[in-house]
Amino acid sequence: MSRQKWFIIALIAPAILVMAFVVFYPFVYNVFLAFGNMNLSRIRDWELVGFRQFIKIFTEPSQPDFYVVFLKTIIWTAANVFFHVVIGVFLALVLNQHLKGRGAFRTILILPWAIPQYIVALTWRGMFNYEYGSINLIITKYLGLPAVEWLKSPTEAFLAIILTNVWLGFPFMMVIALGALQSIPHELYEAAEIDGAKWHHKLRTITLPLIRPVMIPAITLGVIWTFNNLNIVWLVSNAGEPSDNTHILVSFVYKAAFNFYSFSHAAALSLIIFVILLTFSLFFMRKTRATESAY
Amino acid sequence: MAVQSKRTRLLKRLSSYAVLLFFCIISIFPIWQIVNISLRPGNQLLSTTLEIIPSNATLENYMNLLSSGSFLLWLWNSTLVSLAVTLTGVVLASTAGYAFSRFRFVGKKFGLLTLLTTQMFPATMLLLPMYIMLINLGLINTYLGVVIVYSATALPFCIWTMKGYYDTIPATLEEAASIDGCSPFMTFYRVILPLAAPALVITALFSFMTAWSEYLVAAQILQDSQLWTLPLGLKSFEASMSTQWGLYGAASLIVMIPVVVLFLLLSRYLVSGLTLGSVKG
Repeated sequence: MSRQKWFIIALIAPAILVMAFVVFYPFVYNVFLAFGNMNLSRIRDWELVGFRQFIKIFTEPSQPDFYVVFLKTIIWTAANVFFHVVIGVFLALVLNQHLKGRGAFRTILILPWAIPQYIVALTWRGMFNYEYGSINLIITKYLGLPAVEWLKSPTEAFLAIILTNVWLGFPFMMVIALGALQSIPHELYEAAEIDGAKWHHKLRTITLPLIRPVMIPAITLGVIWTFNNLNIVWLVSNAGEPSDNTHILVSFVYKAAFNFYSFSHAAALSLIIFVILLTFSLFFMRKTRATESAY
Repeated sequence: MAVQSKRTRLLKRLSSYAVLLFFCIISIFPIWQIVNISLRPGNQLLSTTLEIIPSNATLENYMNLLSSGSFLLWLWNSTLVSLAVTLTGVVLASTAGYAFSRFRFVGKKFGLLTLLTTQMFPATMLLLPMYIMLINLGLINTYLGVVIVYSATALPFCIWTMKGYYDTIPATLEEAASIDGCSPFMTFYRVILPLAAPALVITALFSFMTAWSEYLVAAQILQDSQLWTLPLGLKSFEASMSTQWGLYGAASLIVMIPVVVLFLLLSRYLVSGLTLGSVKG
């Protein structure tokens, strides 16, 4: 064989090996596990049992309940992505003017994204502390309202993880939206002004439609990341406290896998999450690609 | 043409600054909290006051942190693991990305698409099979174990970034080099790789940051406290909030400053890499 061919093989072989190892092996193994009955006591002598895990997940009541966790995941994802996009696009619009110190503002506003997530989560957990946390101090001292039991009651704890994640996620959307805004030609706005357009006309007919093609993939990514954000949920709520009331699907799976060691159960749940996200992405991207070509 | 009056323009400007200032305060608030906690003397860790700089601010926590062996041990462990992941990421992504960019082979398109779908894998879908594999291979409680899992998480993004960058380098360069008698390997190593330096830097830093800031995988694989990386150590400070909250603040600040600086320098490229990946998919 020629030297050229050997070279090609030498480059492709590691790529294929890596792919096999980091994508195919875990995926296929996960599928097998989902149809099996592996747990800590059956780590070597497990067998395939068909759809048993799935039937259990969908029909048997569990603590916390699968459907409740699923609903919470939807609320979590929708609330987070909504505020990320609204705050992000709003700040991008404000930053996209000739202002002094624009660069400095932009840098400061990216900070929440730049800090390692686990530090964000642990710090906010401290800030939500009932007696000493700065959030309750602000609420009681400056707003004169009663202190909130952030981490000990289910609704407030769920709100606390959403607040933390909204804080952490808006800069990504802001940066993406800012990039998109800067590529809109100025002449469009000038022409609109000659026609006497008000700011909300310009926003609705020029700005939003033109940043849409860039925002759609970003929103898709945002939904996937938020849906799968284990770090914030797990660390702010300290593994689902109070009493497993703050789980979203991924943290529920992490707990099933690594606190209860019911591996097959966890694998089946992982597979369900993956199918949900794949369906969502395909559907969402196809719909938006159709509108792109209509442009 | 509708000309805005001077007053409305001024008002618009002022309200823009007010909005930016408000959100900047919100962005900085938790960081200020960390600084504040790290400066508190030991007897005032749980204070109920909101001062910008605590009264009797002290560097006591930093002294204690740097003189305690465990923090330096975690720092060393984290550095070791992160460098190993960086090296793996750069070597595999630079070659695999080149293959995906330049050669035709069976399953190429499928391969690239599956790399994208890994973004939809819930963390547990990679972690659980890998965890069981590591148990079977006896790699629980080893650095090799975490390095394997971290590399697997970082590689899809790195390969896409490298591939995207190689795509912008014209193929005529390789043709010219081969006419000059360069072997394919020399062409890749001497001509293409130096040109791809910016993408290599992004790949390296992304891999490094993935490993440097990861808690949940490490928590399962590194159970021996001698092997702990920084995130595990910091979590243990936080868990005993009353006694070691000050150490947590000091350690967090030291750990995050280098990554925050790197991130700010890189944010532009990270975003272009992300959108590139999602647009081309």
